[in-house]
Amino acid sequence: MEATIATKTNHSTWDGGKNKPLGASYGKMMMWFFILSDALTFSAFLGAYGLTRFKFIESWPIADEVFTHVPFMHGVSAPMYYVAFMTFILIFSSVTMVLAVDAGHQLKKNKVIFYMFLTIIGGLIFLSSQAWEWKQFIGGEYGALQLKDGKIIQFVDKTGHQISLESFAAHTKTERVRSTRSNGLWFVSESSLPPVTVSQVVAGFKANPDITIRTEKLNLETKQKTIIPREKAMAFLNEAKAVVKGANLKVNEYGKTAFADFFFFITGFHGFHVFSGVLINIIIFFNVIIGTYERRGHYEMVEKVGLYWHFVDLVWVFVFTFFYLI
Amino acid sequence: MAHAQEHTSHTKLIWKVFAILSVITIVEVFLGIEKPDFLYLTNFIGTNLLNIIFIVLTLVKAYYITWFFMHMADEKKNLRRAVVWTAVFLIAYLATLLLIEGGYIHSVLGPLTKWNY
Repeated sequence: MEATIATKTNHSTWDGGKNKPLGASYGKMMMWFFILSDALTFSAFLGAYGLTRFKFIESWPIADEVFTHVPFMHGVSAPMYYVAFMTFILIFSSVTMVLAVDAGHQLKKNKVIFYMFLTIIGGLIFLSSQAWEWKQFIGGEYGALQLKDGKIIQFVDKTGHQISLESFAAHTKTERVRSTRSNGLWFVSESSLPPVTVSQVVAGFKANPDITIRTEKLNLETKQKTIIPREKAMAFLNEAKAVVKGANLKVNEYGKTAFADFFFFITGFHGFHVFSGVLINIIIFFNVIIGTYERRGHYEMVEKVGLYWHFVDLVWVFVFTFFYLI
Repeated sequence: MAHAQEHTSHTKLIWKVFAILSVITIVEVFLGIEKPDFLYLTNFIGTNLLNIIFIVLTLVKAYYITWFFMHMADEKKNLRRAVVWTAVFLIAYLATLLLIEGGYIHSVLGPLTKWNY
């Protein structure tokens, strides 16, 4: 430093001057400003989600119909419960984190170790819960037909409840087999085939007089998807292009593909933050165990990683609201 | 840091904040499952009343997390304003513009979307 700067530098200059206008160490200050910029990134994503949703306000998927699964309760439609559980896990791991910071202030090493351990466990439970949630979303539930212009058609019974394609599709013979590298061109392969074909679905629809279809279009008065009377349904089915089961970046059986894209992107980006938070927590956890901060005389490092961890929780609070509640 | 030894335990406050956050979340989940019609079907400034309630509750949760878990309450006023005011202003600005734009695109695109076959 002395070699390159001619003026006399006071050591505390690099801590923000003698006045200390922000009253925080360099590391903590930078963590705050990193969090600020990260918050702006997340708000840009959620803002883009809002824009797309307003753009398709009359045909956006209803979250309560998408995220209805709870582990070990197959076939039971229970929206919100699972994601509420995930939210509690994250809030609770935030509590253990702030308890670790609190113990750090009092230089109680063993308490810090214990609470950081709980925080890491909470983070891992959240990550695995999210993996399960993704699996359900990717796997899908009922299946749907995609029309030539990209719209999604779902099937409902007399009471207006959605039914799965397999439950009524005709068991006609299909010649279609999955193209793999081994039975075709070595550089061409395709993803797994849907369980039924378009022609089987259409044949099954004709054979079952009780079922009809519904479109993505929302009735803005009742906030329900529009059910098309059976007489008019064949006009839609004649336009059918493909069978869609589950959701990915290209198709989404629940409706707009953009919904799936934003879901994967935003929860994925948040999940990546949780993942890196767990990694950083593990590093700091071992540092606490080997006594690095004990020797340093303060546990500010725990405080800084705590800031990051709370921020991850903060973002989830917003993702939870905008994806699942609203 | 210099006064690390003087720090008293805030455990009581932490559990209190946890209780507040839990209650708010339970209320949110309850409303999200029930979706009472008089809230869900009543429109208010561009969305329905239920959504407004969710957003307000979310902001309350964000306040408690930032102020008591991230200890923003204990920071100097300068740092607090540098972070909070910047975030609040820019996010509100961005969200307003994007949502207005989304509504506009819908007003142009909506009538062109075909729903009959």
